[in-house]
Amino acid sequence: MRENKGLGGHAGPSKSFERPKQGAGVILRRLWHYLAGCRRLLALSILISIASNLLALVGPKLSGYAVDALRPGQGQVDFDAVLYYAKWMLIAYLISAALSYLLAALMVRIARDVVYRLRRDVFEHLMRLPVRFYDSHAIGDALSVLSYDIDTISTMLSTDLIQMMANLLTVAGSFFMMLSISPLLFLPFLLTIPASILFTRYRARKVRPLYRDRSIALGELNGYAEEMTGGLETIRAYGRGDVFLHRFDEKNTAACEANYRADCFASMTGPSVGFINNLSLALVSTLGAVLYMAGWISLGSVSSFVLYSRKFSGPINEFANLFSELQSTLAAAERVFTLLDQPEETPDAPDAEMLDPAAVRGEVTLRDIDFGYSPDAPVLRGLSLTARPGQTIAIVGPTGAGKTTIINLLMRFYDPDRGTITMDGRDILHLTRASLRQAYSMVLQDTWLFTGTIYENLAYGKPGVTRQEVMEAARAAHIHRFILSLPQGYDTVLQDGGANISKGQRQLLTIARAMLLDAPMLILDEATSNVDTGTEQRIQKAMLTLMQGRTCFVIAHRLSTIQNADQILLLQNGCVAEQGTHAQLLAKGGAYCALYRAQFEDAGTG
Amino acid sequence: MRRIFSYLMPFRASIALEMVIKVLGTLAELLLPWMLQVILDDLVPQKQMNAILMWGGGMVACAAAGLVFNIIANRMSAGISRQVTRRIRFDLFRRVLRLSSGQVDGFTTPSLISRLTSDTYHVHEMIDRMQRMAVRAPIMLLGGVAMTLFLDPVLACVLVLPLPLLVAGVWALSRRGIRLYTDTQTAMDGMVRRAKESMAGIRVIQALSKTGYETGRFDEANRETAAREYRAGLLMNATNPLINAILNAGLTGVVVVGALRVNAGASQPGAIIAFLSYFTMILNALMAVSRIFVMLSKGIASGRRVAEVLSAPDDMLVVPIPAAPDNAHLAFEGVSFSYGKAEKDLYNISFSLQPGQTLGIIGPTGCGKSTLLRLLLRAYDPDAGRILIHGRDLRSIPSQELHKMFGVVFQNDFLFAGTLADNIDFGRGLDREAMLRAAENAQAEFIRTRPGGLDGHIAARGSDLSGGQKQRVLLSRAMAGKPEILILDDSSSALDYKTDAALRHALARGFSGVTKVIVAQRVSTIRHADLILVLEEGSAIGQGRHEELMQNCPAYRAIAEAQMGEVD
Repeated sequence: MRENKGLGGHAGPSKSFERPKQGAGVILRRLWHYLAGCRRLLALSILISIASNLLALVGPKLSGYAVDALRPGQGQVDFDAVLYYAKWMLIAYLISAALSYLLAALMVRIARDVVYRLRRDVFEHLMRLPVRFYDSHAIGDALSVLSYDIDTISTMLSTDLIQMMANLLTVAGSFFMMLSISPLLFLPFLLTIPASILFTRYRARKVRPLYRDRSIALGELNGYAEEMTGGLETIRAYGRGDVFLHRFDEKNTAACEANYRADCFASMTGPSVGFINNLSLALVSTLGAVLYMAGWISLGSVSSFVLYSRKFSGPINEFANLFSELQSTLAAAERVFTLLDQPEETPDAPDAEMLDPAAVRGEVTLRDIDFGYSPDAPVLRGLSLTARPGQTIAIVGPTGAGKTTIINLLMRFYDPDRGTITMDGRDILHLTRASLRQAYSMVLQDTWLFTGTIYENLAYGKPGVTRQEVMEAARAAHIHRFILSLPQGYDTVLQDGGANISKGQRQLLTIARAMLLDAPMLILDEATSNVDTGTEQRIQKAMLTLMQGRTCFVIAHRLSTIQNADQILLLQNGCVAEQGTHAQLLAKGGAYCALYRAQFEDAGTG
Repeated sequence: MRRIFSYLMPFRASIALEMVIKVLGTLAELLLPWMLQVILDDLVPQKQMNAILMWGGGMVACAAAGLVFNIIANRMSAGISRQVTRRIRFDLFRRVLRLSSGQVDGFTTPSLISRLTSDTYHVHEMIDRMQRMAVRAPIMLLGGVAMTLFLDPVLACVLVLPLPLLVAGVWALSRRGIRLYTDTQTAMDGMVRRAKESMAGIRVIQALSKTGYETGRFDEANRETAAREYRAGLLMNATNPLINAILNAGLTGVVVVGALRVNAGASQPGAIIAFLSYFTMILNALMAVSRIFVMLSKGIASGRRVAEVLSAPDDMLVVPIPAAPDNAHLAFEGVSFSYGKAEKDLYNISFSLQPGQTLGIIGPTGCGKSTLLRLLLRAYDPDAGRILIHGRDLRSIPSQELHKMFGVVFQNDFLFAGTLADNIDFGRGLDREAMLRAAENAQAEFIRTRPGGLDGHIAARGSDLSGGQKQRVLLSRAMAGKPEILILDDSSSALDYKTDAALRHALARGFSGVTKVIVAQRVSTIRHADLILVLEEGSAIGQGRHEELMQNCPAYRAIAEAQMGEVD
């Protein structure tokens, strides 16, 4: 019924973390690993399933006996026998129903446990993935794994698995029952069973590529819708709605066509399997009548046989559906496991030492660093730099020169391809990442706040901090008054990443957060470019206090921000073009000087 | 929901035809057990071999007819759903594109996205399945009941008696189930939102070693979702066993009452066998009906969400206001505005610009700079005062005409996956010459050295460009369309000073006839403007040229001195 669930392409195929295909066996084994935790419940549910289905299978047999007790003609009926069998029929059916509910409840529970653990593991893994992963993959893909793919697995476990077990038992049970009633009457199935199997296989082969096309087309459509909805304001400002609507419609039409082709084919299944069932019924009826006429079997046997034959061929229809469902579950599970297989950050070296933040002096040296995000596009070449404790290093240069990259390397979000970085003389590759990163506070270009109170957001990096300290930091970041002006003050909940406050205020909050951290080193990445000058000045004063005795790396475009720096590093094309103090570099009259003139020219001459 | 069903109206003829075919197919299948009964009760006792084989052949023929009719009907249904879904989706996206900013704020962007994607998907499923199953199942059900009535009315009553009970049970369960599923969906949305947030902050999280904390937060949401899924699952899984139990009890009743009838000579054993077959059909039909309910519940929930957007009233209508032609290109007259209608986000702003003049806006964050631009673009209408372009009230200008006038760069503006040319052109059909010239003016010389040049691809949101490159592409877009009014919201903040200066020269040189509104943090960006507006908390605390403001606006002087003082 839901052969296409999850293929809805809410995010479509997660092309972005495609890796060598895993065999179905491997995927199933890994899924089993999750199921194994509920081994007992699973065993219990299998027992219940068997019991429930056997009881349900007894029904037709009993009804057959009852029918046999009905001899045509007035007053010929053996009532004792009929009532006896009817009583047992009722009991068998009722117990079977009760058991099947119990089974369903068990499976729902197993599904809940498995899905809970899958989601937990996926999320934990996501949190441990290196920044490199996030720089090269769309978050949406990972989200669709977390929601839709795991949801597909959940449906499989809670519904389809029971169905499959029940079907298997029903088929096997009916098969034996029918054989026991009359092997001769079973002959028609020698025709219809191979027909079903052939049809199912043919269908599976034909449908799979159609569904794949469909999910690709839907994925593209949804991706497009998502992207464009994000740009509504701009589209409206330029009045270009119709153009984008037209492009959307092309993708929409393509998706609907692909969907139609898949549906058209898939919608043959029900009628075809129904036909095979009906054909069996027709053949069984005719043959049964002939055999009954010849006196070879009883009427009750024909009756039971017809009921069993319906039970027998019914699930074959379901099998076709369940099979395609299993396929999409396998595909979903494969995406889940592929995501789980994304390499985590290489573990810290076995001899990695903890860096004691309190003991950090803050001497950072980069020696002959080469680095590129991909091997064919080097970003930094032969970069060397020494920051002495307490110094402020200002990194300037045109966009794309590799300024942000230095930060990525310092905090070990990436490791250099060549060269070494040392902290207080120790190679940072031999320090634990956690302790290294904790030695830094940072204020990044993109402010990140989460849905939670302002207090929680500020105290984020420092659990157990007092409210007093939080307020101190907020005051120092000149955001205290603003926070108090909000209706709930520090308990105001920031919605949707702080969408309910302005960008500059978000920036100030992240600055306050960094201040609170009180780490021995500081990283500022263009943090001030969105704050107005008045506030920036105040921040800068606070920062200067904060920077006392700390090593700071500042990326800024504003020259006034970096004039006080101990060292200015002018990056150009991945290399240090010039290095020195403001005065030295001005005196040198090179690239820095030219950059400076660009401002001087405006400020002075107008 | 009526809104969604209205999309089916144009197809009512095809749907009717399809349903007739479906009914025929279903009826053919329904005849089978009756034919079985005829064979067993009428033909066998008469030992008519030929007749038996003939009726058997008839059964095969009925089965074949069922196959053909059902396939035809299903194809038609898939075809109709394709058309309907396409139109719904098209209309939905069109409606989304036309929502006013206020309406978008109301719906929120993530919600609009999920309405466009998963909700339209569920609606499609519903339309398709409803056509296929909603006909077949009731016909099977009613037809099955009718056939049993025809075979033996008294016996049929025994089978039919529990049906109302059953329908009531399924109905009650489904109603509650729909609510539980809605709850589950809400919990799921919350969980996904939380995960998304954490992923967006991965740098901060890893830098602060807060992975454990994030995992804990996610775990709460995960637990909640799992618990709700469990509750919904427990309830919905009760349906099938319930149907089974009730119907099988009925079946037992049929056997007992049947025995009485046969004994009284009122019925025949073959009829009871046929009954048992019809019983299976009715059972399957009921199960299908209960599945339809589940599907319908999802479909209806989604349909409502889609319809909500579709029936959002047209906002920001064009109001006929007589124009008083004016030399001034652009004028604000006593404009006030508030988002929440509680606090003023913009208060009593007035200014006027001649064609070709430049307005610079400066002020602390949150002072209303971006709000002013949004009003100018008529993303919102002012609460008081008016905005005029050549003396025409903004509200009286049709939106197509209005938006052709502007070249805009917002803060963190929108770039999409595609070529740079696509992004600069932005669907306006500009020639390459114009784009290249604009790129040159926008100091986007990097485009030429980048692989592929104008035809080089960029990733969604321009994530493979640096901040400065993004701004320069956006500036190219704004400059490429020969705008009458150029609006730049802090759009050179990521440029280094040299580039920023070159950009300013290019603007002054190449866009002398274009009226410019420039929001900036740096005084140097706007110091040559014909008019500078100093905003603070939504009010203009200074207004004039650079030199005047240096004289009489202490706030402006403070900013300027802070930025430039040390230089000279």
